Amino acid sequence: MKHSISVTVNGVTHEASVDARTLLVDFLRDHLHLTGTHVGCDTSQCGACTIHIDGASVKACNMFAVQADGATIKTIEGRASNGTLQPLQESFKEEHGLHCGFCTPGMIMSAADLLQHNPNPSESEIRHALEGNFCRCTGYHNIVKAIQSAAQKM
Amino acid sequence: MTPYSFTYHKATSVEDAIAQLQKLGDEAKWVAGGHSLIPSMKLRLSAPEALIDIQGLDELKTISDGGHEIHIGALSTHRSVETSSLVKGKCPVVAKVASGIGDPQVRNKGTIGGSLAHADPSADYPAIILALGATITVQGPGGSRSISADDFFTGMFDTALEDHELITRVSVPAVGSGAAYAKFGNPASRYAIVGVAAYVEKDVHGTCTLARIAITGAADTVFRASAMEEALVGKPFNEASISAAAGHAPDESDMLSDLSASASYRAHLCSVMAKRALMDC
Amino acid sequence: MGYIGSAVKRVEDKRFLTGKGQYTDDIVLPNMTHAVIVRSPHAHATIKSIDASAALAHPGVVAVFTGQDMVDDGIASLPNGWAIGEDQNEPPHYPLAPDRARHVGDGVAVVIAEDKATAMDAAEKVVVDYEVLPSVTSSEVAIAPGAPLVHDDAPNNTSFLWELGEKAATDEAFEKAHHVTTLEFVNQRLVANAIEPRSAIGDYNPYRDDLTLYTSSQNPHLIRLLMCAFVMGLPEHKVRVVSPDVGGGFGSKIFHYPEEVICAWTTRKLGRPVKWTAQRSESFLTDCHGRDHISKAEMAFDANGKMLGLRVKTLANLGAYLSTFSCAVPTYLYGTLLAGQYTTPNIYVHVTGVLTNTTPVDAYRGAGRPEATYLVERLVDLAAHEMDMDPAELRRKNFIPPDAFPYDTPVALQYDSGNYERALDKALEMIDYTKLREQQRKALLDGKLIGIGFSCFIEACGIAPSKVVGLLGARAGLYESASIRVHPTGKVQVFTGSHSHGQGHETTFAQIVATELGLDLGDVEVVHGDTGQIPFGMGTYGSRSLAVGGSAIVKALDKIKAKARKIAAHKLEAAEDDLEFTDGNFIVKGTDRSVAFGDIALTAYVPHDYPEGVEPGLEENGFYDPVNFTYPFGTHISVVEIDRETGKVDLLRYVCVDDVGNVINPMIVDGQMHGGIAQGIGQALYEGAHYDEDGQFITGSFMDYNFPKADALINFETDRTVTPCPHNPLGVKGAGEAGAIAATACVANAVMDALYHRGVKDLPMPLTPERVWKALNSNGHA
Repeated sequence: MKHSISVTVNGVTHEASVDARTLLVDFLRDHLHLTGTHVGCDTSQCGACTIHIDGASVKACNMFAVQADGATIKTIEGRASNGTLQPLQESFKEEHGLHCGFCTPGMIMSAADLLQHNPNPSESEIRHALEGNFCRCTGYHNIVKAIQSAAQKM
Repeated sequence: MTPYSFTYHKATSVEDAIAQLQKLGDEAKWVAGGHSLIPSMKLRLSAPEALIDIQGLDELKTISDGGHEIHIGALSTHRSVETSSLVKGKCPVVAKVASGIGDPQVRNKGTIGGSLAHADPSADYPAIILALGATITVQGPGGSRSISADDFFTGMFDTALEDHELITRVSVPAVGSGAAYAKFGNPASRYAIVGVAAYVEKDVHGTCTLARIAITGAADTVFRASAMEEALVGKPFNEASISAAAGHAPDESDMLSDLSASASYRAHLCSVMAKRALMDC
Repeated sequence: MGYIGSAVKRVEDKRFLTGKGQYTDDIVLPNMTHAVIVRSPHAHATIKSIDASAALAHPGVVAVFTGQDMVDDGIASLPNGWAIGEDQNEPPHYPLAPDRARHVGDGVAVVIAEDKATAMDAAEKVVVDYEVLPSVTSSEVAIAPGAPLVHDDAPNNTSFLWELGEKAATDEAFEKAHHVTTLEFVNQRLVANAIEPRSAIGDYNPYRDDLTLYTSSQNPHLIRLLMCAFVMGLPEHKVRVVSPDVGGGFGSKIFHYPEEVICAWTTRKLGRPVKWTAQRSESFLTDCHGRDHISKAEMAFDANGKMLGLRVKTLANLGAYLSTFSCAVPTYLYGTLLAGQYTTPNIYVHVTGVLTNTTPVDAYRGAGRPEATYLVERLVDLAAHEMDMDPAELRRKNFIPPDAFPYDTPVALQYDSGNYERALDKALEMIDYTKLREQQRKALLDGKLIGIGFSCFIEACGIAPSKVVGLLGARAGLYESASIRVHPTGKVQVFTGSHSHGQGHETTFAQIVATELGLDLGDVEVVHGDTGQIPFGMGTYGSRSLAVGGSAIVKALDKIKAKARKIAAHKLEAAEDDLEFTDGNFIVKGTDRSVAFGDIALTAYVPHDYPEGVEPGLEENGFYDPVNFTYPFGTHISVVEIDRETGKVDLLRYVCVDDVGNVINPMIVDGQMHGGIAQGIGQALYEGAHYDEDGQFITGSFMDYNFPKADALINFETDRTVTPCPHNPLGVKGAGEAGAIAATACVANAVMDALYHRGVKDLPMPLTPERVWKALNSNGHA
């Protein structure tokens, strides 16, 4: 049985019909072609699929699309307008907070969630806030620096 | 990573959630934050035929002041508990426990009711709920009842919840001080290898009059470390007595043993973490 | 010097930061189908029959194929890329096992459906009748008499026996030794865990007879070569392999994998695109694992602490099949590095390559060199303790001196350059070593266990001189290619055979080209990862991209500049020798007459006024085959504190001084160090892959396999010395693996330094809290 849902993603409202078992991340990627939200695991841990739902960071692999009916969603694609990077994204570039880029969208979404609640986090608070985002490239060193730098700028 | 097919239903009220579960039968499940259920469904280790989504039940999301206790709605997320000024003010240990569950995204979705109902033997909340002697209010087809934390956790992934009973709220005593939680976490899963929650009361002379020590992660269910508690009550609450009490490690044969820790190490960690928790009380 | 040496921000970042990177799984092709592979749940089992009828009847299923279907269609074994000796045993490795599954996760059938969920549902309906066979996962058990045979034709489960060095002379050195330090240890099995799971899409166009394979690979050209020439027998010119954005590799995406063949073969069968993307649990079972050595190592010293000899015996677990580079890793990338930074005159190493019922083992970041470094540096540290010498000074005493280069080691390499003492001294200064040891002593009085660990490492990278590796058994050359296309307006595209999956080639390579041609960085675009656009390539691994790929770019640039000079000389009516090329202008020396590179480019494509005998156009290819490996080195020092009550190890400091030769982009080099160090720390403290006695893989998810997260790490203090590589045009050596090579030994040594006075000589990695706690309590001291 299909379910009709209406979700607002990056400011655009989409009406769609989904199977109950369709994960939100698959809906974003396969139906809306928002492939910036990545899938890195099947245990809801790595955080590559982190998005914001009604302002809070969540893992899009850990809910069903039907559960997002009526929600306001922001994905990585909703952060820069016309290709102009936001300060947080700019800081990741300035501080070399990414290598392969695969974890980066989720990392940015988590960092944004942190900074909206804690505009001036300490290094240990940043590391604690990234526990649900796995990076295998950077050793996190420059990710931490990027978030510190963004906090100063914002 | 796609689960087996299931039907999806939304509950409009607690009564509706119960009625739907009764109607949909044994293979139906309630889903709240989904952080235990959905990963297991994705790996096809769990195959409910129907999910009844209770996340819309806003009446279960309130955190309210009950004077000597705080009522935490079952659908309060870990995040909302962690950041609640009421919880931080009147029972800060619960906020602290919440802040160490999973990771930020998990805390934004996962709920206290879900955690308690799932009763994962390594989950954090059960330890503090048990140590504080909290009360769990549940509602079933026949109405609502209260279950004390001491009676709630009955085994691995097993609780005193009867069929079709839903946790509606958790009432924790307003404990400004004298309670702490020390966790030795599994860095992969972020669950506790051993987590010890302690609550103590002292008289004016500094003598321990009450001790409730609950341990998660170590055995097949959260449990009270009664030998430690007994060793502490009646003693001056100081480092020497704490060390002595914490030395009453549980029996190795009752401990879990797996890739992350052997039974003997877990038993040892029970002592270490108990001491750390008690020192923070 | 233009952009060279400058921390230019990466040009590739924008697409990644905005979610516009394009990884293989992001690609959607019209009419695409989805593949799910049916995998063996058993470590070892005969496939008696496969009944696909129920799966085929499942609505939405397009096809089901078995391993036998592929064999019947002429699909051959995946090749072993590196032969070790003439009598090596090379059992076949079919993309899907036709008759016997040899490890948990071995593919036995593929289900293709209209969507992935349907394919998953149907895959469960494929009924495979297995007869379970006895299995073996440990290399030690596998070579013991009576062990189950993984391949019937591989007696003793042995693929090869390999040795290097003079055995008799080494034995003699041990007889004369004043002191011998001995270690027996396991270098544990690891999983690379690139965060992007592997993915492949086969797309066959029957009307053109063209096949395109998209694959998350570190070397698309090699995949095309192996797949066409060895496995499928396809004409290479009708096959295009594209590796778009790739989300990390660390070695695990070098190899030619079964799923690439499965997608390429099934799309030809079906005439529709076929996509396969691993689930993480599948990645754990099928991405090649790393390391897995069991070794006995002995180091002999004279009375003054001078190293006399090193004797090593290693069992290398290769897994169930020989993956592309698997045989080179525990031999040529391992045994040859056992001299380390030292003058050890006699070295002998013997390696047995063992087949087991486990996931194939192949290169993982460092590949052989971390194993060698761990072995040598653990021995040196332990020897220092045993001889009551300072570990820094024992190393210093044995360093190959700076004036000894080029230096021939007793294990076949010629080190080209180095100054090991300079790096050591700088690192000691950074960490304030004398004071640190004092703090360590004081802390101990307060009951605190602090450990200081060293790793003075060397690696051979810039892989590799083709002639040399050919003699050693490599079945391919290891040069690199580049093509530079100057457009009429002076804008430049660089086509490189190297592949970037995080290393930032699009920036580093552009820095070189922009600098050399005097252009703005934005006027240069680097293209990689597409056999349809790039002449040829050997891909990215072994820290080779800049040393070999960058040098190929320089070769092509030299040709571009030579031709441009001819055109400029003509335009300026001057002799070529009278021109100098600076900042993008050819200038007649001593005059103000000049012509800009952009004008030359235009002239080359609008050759109205043009030198006789010169072809129009400005596009050149370069191939670079290195004359030697490059030898990055350095000193890493870490400080740890051990929680006496729990055994938990906390990192307090991590300092490193690396010498990677000349540096094009220091920001990227530092970033590579950070990442490598994190993975090295992971091996030392956290990571380990395990099989149970039935051959089940019990660390097959992120819930069980622990690699370091943000809260487990600290900020790293990086610095460097610069000893340019003398034999490549950029003077660079490579930076991708150094951190991973150095850090494991460094951190393990720190932990053992903290424990040595407690009577603990060695502990197996990972140094988990429980292991450390047990060691602390094993002798009643705790």
